[in-house]
Amino acid sequence: MSDRDRDEPGAPPPSDADEEARKAAEARAKAEAAARAKAEAEAAEAAKPAWEKMPVEPEIEDAASDPLVRALGRSCGEGAVRGASRRAGDLAIEVAAGSLREVASSLKLDHGFTLLVDLCGVHYPQREEAPYEVVLHLYDMQKNRRVRLKTALAEGESPPSVTPVWAGANWLEREAYDMYGIRFEDHPDMTRILMWEGFNGHPLRKDFPVEGIDTGSAIYPEYYAEEMGPVTGTGTGWRPAPPPEPEPEPAAESDEEGA
Amino acid sequence: MSETGERKRETLFDLEEMELNFGPQHPSTHGVLRLKLKVDGERIVDCYPIIGYLHRGTEKLFELHPFFQNVPHTDRMDYVAAATNNLAYVGAVEKLVGIVVPPRARYIRTILAELQRISSHLLWLATHAIDIGAMTPFFYTFREREIVLDLFEEYCGARLTLNCMRPGGQPYDLTVGWVERCLAFVDDFPSKIDDYEGLLTENRIWKKRTVGVGVLPPDVALDYGVTGPMLRGSGIEWDVRKAMPYEAYDEVEFDVPVFQNCDTYDRYLVRMEEMRQSVRILRQCLERLPDGPIMAKRPRVLKGPKEGDAYHSIEGPKGEIGFYIVSDGTPNPHRCRVRPPSFMNLQVLPPMVQGQLVSDLVAVIGTTDIVLGEVDR
Repeated sequence: MSDRDRDEPGAPPPSDADEEARKAAEARAKAEAAARAKAEAEAAEAAKPAWEKMPVEPEIEDAASDPLVRALGRSCGEGAVRGASRRAGDLAIEVAAGSLREVASSLKLDHGFTLLVDLCGVHYPQREEAPYEVVLHLYDMQKNRRVRLKTALAEGESPPSVTPVWAGANWLEREAYDMYGIRFEDHPDMTRILMWEGFNGHPLRKDFPVEGIDTGSAIYPEYYAEEMGPVTGTGTGWRPAPPPEPEPEPAAESDEEGA
Repeated sequence: MSETGERKRETLFDLEEMELNFGPQHPSTHGVLRLKLKVDGERIVDCYPIIGYLHRGTEKLFELHPFFQNVPHTDRMDYVAAATNNLAYVGAVEKLVGIVVPPRARYIRTILAELQRISSHLLWLATHAIDIGAMTPFFYTFREREIVLDLFEEYCGARLTLNCMRPGGQPYDLTVGWVERCLAFVDDFPSKIDDYEGLLTENRIWKKRTVGVGVLPPDVALDYGVTGPMLRGSGIEWDVRKAMPYEAYDEVEFDVPVFQNCDTYDRYLVRMEEMRQSVRILRQCLERLPDGPIMAKRPRVLKGPKEGDAYHSIEGPKGEIGFYIVSDGTPNPHRCRVRPPSFMNLQVLPPMVQGQLVSDLVAVIGTTDIVLGEVDR
């Protein structure tokens, strides 16, 4: 305001060069002020405790140079270890399906991962080559570290069972078979564990319907009509059991005896 | 005696193996567990557990709901320890998306988890003792469990299916006077543990039924992936709270009880000592409870990363309970796997009962402390 008052009346009109210089200086001052404000805001933001900031997703880093991954690559032969990554402190090693047991037993015997924490299946229908994955979580009590083994599997491919390495893998592999249809080779008892025997399908596959499939007529044909089982949603489909058939012949015999 | 008499005695008392179905509706199986037993007289030759009667497809349900709405599903797995299930799940989600929880929420979570451990151990003690034939501890422990459940009810409105944690923090602050009421319980409870121990620890019948029963050697325990009090009763000192501290466990002092005899009696001692240690943790947390926010800043709709997975586990009352979550960039998890401690601990039952008496089977099932809701999910 005061600038304009001074400039407009009487004073010689400022040359173009002056005008430009003034504008440039103004712009610079404005930019500096903005930068300062931004830096202050950033400093204030940085000084804030982590829970008052929006969460930052952990990055996936390559971990191929990790000493454990290198040692495994050396001891288990070419192609056994396909890659390794680290996310939020978790080391994940990708293993070829055929050498799963070899890598697992090397981790247990040579590297101290004595505890099999978990084994589970995962289904990725968008991956056409290898839609299934078996994931193992191992724990090393001496060095207090965890490792995750991942094995990609094609449809119908059978990984070797790790039950010879850890007896506790027995039920976990049965569950992976039950839920995803992944058959483990050399497993002592490859049967369903949570679903009933005779169940048709693998419920945790992504293409398995959430509302379930009709198993009524498959198991109790005398009680349920075709496609009319208890879970299809088309009514209960239940019909009473047929009445027991009369048995005339023994009655006739007894009559004869009585006569 | 004649020859036929000899043969008759042989077939009556020797060499006769019989198959016996135990459950699924047996009161000592704590739910619906079926065991196929092969018995030689009173001795168990082999045992084959059959599970799945309580399977509800929880892992499929996790994939259908957004991250926030999955917390109630976790309540219904181990339904006597809902708070620790919640804690493991929200911890895994927080690790997946990188949320840091404010300190007050971390302390409240620790308090709830330890109260839950006490309540779960009290239920275990009551049913374990009643299975073996001691009726009185049931009434004593349920009296104290009631106080814990009242504390839960005051905090979140529910007694069993608590739904008391959210990814990012706590849904509610502690009510007025809650800390004092909890402190009163903490002051009172150690004398109650003395009462239970007075009934059982040196009781001759109790010792006869538990000492040397269901021996689980440490190498077998490790081979089968057994965790929690079962592992510590077999002489292996490992506790997730110490090894990989979460929430406020690195700021409190407590001991991890370990006993060496690997039998039912030592697992009983481990759990009794764990309750005392829980009281220690509770007292420290209640006295140091910090002020401040209880919820971290986070998006209203939580979307997972486009690619990425996370595994987070905690020490539940039964053992290590963990969640492995795979994300695909949508608000729902692509895969949410539960690492169930009861499932792994139940698997070791056959080696524990082989050669034992049928009546001891009940004691061994009791000492594994299984909840079938979690075994079957």
